Amino acid sequence: MQKEAAIREPLILGDKSYKDITDDVVGPIEGPAPRTWKLLITIAGLVAFYGVGCILYLIGTGIGVWGLNKTVGWAWDITNFVWWVGIGHAGTLISAVLLLFRQKWRMAINRSAEAMTIFAVIMAAIFPGIHMGRIWCAYWVFPLPNQFGSLWVNFNSPLLWDVFAISTYFSVSLVFWYIGLIPDFATIRDRMVKPLPKKIYGILAFGWSGRAKNWTRFEEVSLVLAGIATPLVFSVHSIVSMDFATSVIPGWHTTIFPPYFVSGAVFSGFAMVQTLLLIMRKAMNLENYIHVRHVEYMNIVIIVTGSIVGVAYLTELFISWYSGVEYESYAFINRFSGPYSWSYWIMMTCNVISPQLFWVKKWRRSLTFTFVLSIVVNIGMWFERYVIIVTSIHRDYNPSSWGEFHATSIDIGIFVGTIGIFSTLFLLFARFFPVLALNELKSILKSSGENFKKLHHTDNH
Amino acid sequence: MSKKVFHVMFDDEEKLMHSAEGLVEKGIKVKDVYSPFPIHGLDPIIGVKRTRLAIASFMYASTGTALALLGMWYFMISDWPMNIGGKPSFSLIENLPAFIPVTFEFSVLCGAHGMAITYLLRNGTLPGVPASNPDPRTTDDKFVMEITTDENHSMSSEDIEALVRDTDMIELSIKDYE
Repeated sequence: MQKEAAIREPLILGDKSYKDITDDVVGPIEGPAPRTWKLLITIAGLVAFYGVGCILYLIGTGIGVWGLNKTVGWAWDITNFVWWVGIGHAGTLISAVLLLFRQKWRMAINRSAEAMTIFAVIMAAIFPGIHMGRIWCAYWVFPLPNQFGSLWVNFNSPLLWDVFAISTYFSVSLVFWYIGLIPDFATIRDRMVKPLPKKIYGILAFGWSGRAKNWTRFEEVSLVLAGIATPLVFSVHSIVSMDFATSVIPGWHTTIFPPYFVSGAVFSGFAMVQTLLLIMRKAMNLENYIHVRHVEYMNIVIIVTGSIVGVAYLTELFISWYSGVEYESYAFINRFSGPYSWSYWIMMTCNVISPQLFWVKKWRRSLTFTFVLSIVVNIGMWFERYVIIVTSIHRDYNPSSWGEFHATSIDIGIFVGTIGIFSTLFLLFARFFPVLALNELKSILKSSGENFKKLHHTDNH
Repeated sequence: MSKKVFHVMFDDEEKLMHSAEGLVEKGIKVKDVYSPFPIHGLDPIIGVKRTRLAIASFMYASTGTALALLGMWYFMISDWPMNIGGKPSFSLIENLPAFIPVTFEFSVLCGAHGMAITYLLRNGTLPGVPASNPDPRTTDDKFVMEITTDENHSMSSEDIEALVRDTDMIELSIKDYE
């Protein structure tokens, strides 16, 4: 059995046994739905419903209902796409990269972070889909034999790389998540008394029985999937950044984009995990499993990635001047002093200054402060994409074609709608799925549980 | 002689592991162990071999690499070469840098899904398969060791029972089976 240093803070608080872990996580699934949950899902469902309505209106009328124009051909749609994909990055980072680094604190948060990833990637995928205008032709993005020649899709284009990256990322994350869920579904199946839920969880559990050989394979699959999901995470947002970086637009055409986008994605993803988990731990009484130490670890990741993002902002600003290219320098002068300077300064405040506050230990360990800051970071990261996309194209090489973008109610409706759909999916997950990785938590109880740590301590002295 | 299966239940994975060690030393073959989470260090004791799933995954991923390159060569070089911004389109090797991202993604796609499907098939865990754990508590907080007379011909079922009762177990169930 693995031992852990006595001075290390325990990851599972309280006097817990294996049975308690099961009870704490499966109990809320068995009981009736709490009133707050019903209220929240009603609100989220209504917002989602409005969003779907806006999407249907857009599909029926055409993308002219967005505020896009000849100059600004990409705005909220791609901003929202990149924002959601970025949020999606934390889940795989937590479950894959932290698994490779043997970070045990991930076990309390990986399940819900992965769920968040999957829902966020679905939200992201909506935007390029509806931006096509003729969504019924969406299958044209795949290299299928056709009657135009065959005329194939262009494999030189980052937009097509994106198709492969996002679909691979989505399906691999889904498989990774589900493989971890199977043993926990089996736990629920074996506890359920009512026949219908028992039957449903039985189907979801795939007949899992927890044999020794099954567990050996389980661990091998988790490790290998983590190993290949790690470069996948980095590749996906690098490819998203290449949608911009391989163009010739000043402000987009920079080699710094891939690492800058990846750290931005992790930064915003962890902020979203904090927002969701701080509510969930309270609502579902999981304070013993997701506590201050976990929040602090995540805040440390936010400091690191937030600082990388800050350095990247300043680097591109410096390089735009140092390059001596007047178009490049104008793009950046325009960013911080042009008509969209307000969005630039929101971005700088939220993303560069706010994460630095976490250097103060007291604030880093304050749940309220973390919650507020996580929302600030989410807003800041949305504005980062807005700044990159809109300010770079609204004034191009030819001043006669300069223009501005104004969001319409449909722009706003679809964005808010995706937040509604996302919240609905996450609430359904929190109600019916095991929100903590039961099998993983049980395996660290003896090394990192508070009661067992005390026991070892008294044994040794 | 009727065949018997012993299900020996423990409430702690370390007790199970020590008992398994003791039983194996005395010449008993432990058929299987059912547990709510992976027990590290148990596999060599009860003779579970290392899985070859990682090798399978490598083979699936290599297939993906080959398929992606073959596909892109056919689409972009052989069947319909296009001049896009003057990028080289007449040989795979010249056009290769632009093909790396899709090759990587497709390798990961094939490696991950191939391994996941193989894992489910080898485990026999598929939608609709009934559960086979002997006791519902083994997915919660109990650990069950399975011993069959079939695999322990040298011993009588009474001998096995005596040895098993000598361990730290909490419950024992003996069933006849065909």
